[in-house]
Amino acid sequence: MHELAVTQSILDLVLDHAAKADATQITKIYLVVGELSSIVDESVQFYWEIIAKDTLAEKAELVFRRVAATFKCLECQTVYHLDGQVVFCPSCGSSRIEILSGEEFYIEAIDIET
Amino acid sequence: MNEQRIPIVQNILSANDAIAESNRLLLKQAHLFSVNIMASPGAGKTTLIEQTVKNLSNDLRILVIDGDIATTLDADRASAAGATAIQINTGGDCHLDAVMLNKALVQTDLRQFDLLIVENVGNLICPASFELGTALNVLVASVPEGHDKPHKYPSMYRGVDYVILNKIDLLPYVDFDVEFFRKGLEALNPAVEFLLASCRTGEGLSNWYEWLRKQVDRFRSLSVV
Repeated sequence: MHELAVTQSILDLVLDHAAKADATQITKIYLVVGELSSIVDESVQFYWEIIAKDTLAEKAELVFRRVAATFKCLECQTVYHLDGQVVFCPSCGSSRIEILSGEEFYIEAIDIET
Repeated sequence: MNEQRIPIVQNILSANDAIAESNRLLLKQAHLFSVNIMASPGAGKTTLIEQTVKNLSNDLRILVIDGDIATTLDADRASAAGATAIQINTGGDCHLDAVMLNKALVQTDLRQFDLLIVENVGNLICPASFELGTALNVLVASVPEGHDKPHKYPSMYRGVDYVILNKIDLLPYVDFDVEFFRKGLEALNPAVEFLLASCRTGEGLSNWYEWLRKQVDRFRSLSVV
């Protein structure tokens, strides 16, 4: 639902970096999005086509790298993925857990032409 | 034509985070303790704020900043209860962000107040991503929403300091497993404060008031440099 604000932030960031590098065009944008970050790729893509128009990033392809939510049980050390149900350890049922990945939300790199 | 890759590795919402940081500084300089209250629509944010203002406004000068999509209904209730209330209409946006809060903060004499309560837009997804710069974040959950909510909205439950489970007067009538809820919450957020309460009957709320008073005192002593 908040993808418009997110997409605007992506555009602002990449245009800033592209200007510093004297780019004439941005061709690819590499995004890393964790499963827990509640971002819908298609919505970002949808807004992107509207707001990137007439900028250096107009033709840029958005490349999403999704990172699965990975948890580790602190009781039995089992490493597991979110199964869409509960966050407890599937082996021993413990709620003493640590989140190893899934909260990422950043721009990794851009490809530009100069 | 020259092609090259530029590594960036920068948080997508870093612009918001930077403004949240300046909000934090503004509030610190004004010695004003602040909470950001988040919840799904209907969980009881406004009623909680109303009760809080009624109970604390004799001792504390309270400022309420209300985020709402279009109406001023919530700000009106806070102001009727005895607080100074400022309305932020998000114009359809599903969350408050640091810029919106900043606009409200810079036009207010923050030193006139002891406690700032920010009421976020009712939503369990979007507000989690947009840090505002308040000292602490509070989530109001409620019994009719169901006991599975921490599992379904992990980002929201992870990012808060205090969770109030509201409407516990409805527990006898609803299949709500408090232990299941508590375990889900502890799994995601082991350090969180958890309170069972009913804003309708007032049950449990004295702990919340006490906690707020303590935080206001603590913040004052921390801020004096």
